[in-house]
Amino acid sequence: MGETAPETEARKLAEDARDRVRFEEEALELADQVYRVARRLVSSREEAEDLMQETYARAFRSWRSFQPGTNLRAWLLRILTNLNIDRGRRVQRSPDMQPLEEGDYFLYNKLEESTQAPNPDEERVIERLSQDDAVSALSAVPHDFRDAIVLVDIGDFSYNDAAQILDIPVGTVMSRLHRGRRILKRELAERALVDGDDVE
Amino acid sequence: MTGFAIDPCEKCEELLQPFLDRDLSEEERAVAEEHLDGCEYCRKRYRFEAELRRFVRQAATEPMPPELKLKLAELRTPLI
Repeated sequence: MGETAPETEARKLAEDARDRVRFEEEALELADQVYRVARRLVSSREEAEDLMQETYARAFRSWRSFQPGTNLRAWLLRILTNLNIDRGRRVQRSPDMQPLEEGDYFLYNKLEESTQAPNPDEERVIERLSQDDAVSALSAVPHDFRDAIVLVDIGDFSYNDAAQILDIPVGTVMSRLHRGRRILKRELAERALVDGDDVE
Repeated sequence: MTGFAIDPCEKCEELLQPFLDRDLSEEERAVAEEHLDGCEYCRKRYRFEAELRRFVRQAATEPMPPELKLKLAELRTPLI
């Protein structure tokens, strides 16, 4: 004898509940990693916390649209990024208006110049930078470039994942990353040199 | 021969990011490595860039407040 209709229905409900609980647990296990990225996509801790709560509320509501076996962390970040955009954070964007940035050796050259020792090792040069400078320099990078840096260099996402999260072509991720890192280095140089002047 | 038609250090600077991202063709990578073997100026700047990425990553990492984790857990669908 097969199951009766109510039994089949009950079994389906139980399976559904079990899948949902598993999904929610897996999503929560990733919360630290998602927060690490969220925190640098926005400017304040409060904003990051709000965004995390909105993201998880939405993820838990629409858990059925997640395809098991795909990258859950990227899926969560996609929701988070879209919510962040919906919040109107794009008002300031105008990345193409940025002046042409310096080359990739710019920061090293500037820091080396301001180091007292002749021909210093790179360890001595990086000591010129402070953690606060790094955080403030990163937040000064325009959104579109910063998103790419935060996802790839801080969130450890591949170019492909970052492209899907941001809904842009992979080539655009790479060019924003490339340019964003140069802008970041320019911002770091400005801060480090001001700090250095204070010491002198 | 370094394989560079223009200023080799300038060309090496252009290859820095894709080199560290492992996004160069084998030929380009070989060209960069050959130059780096003989150029301390570029070698230092490459090592600095790798160190800088680690530094920024570490500086920018802020742990999630424990109370936020509790708030997120409360968002779960209640079990009937």
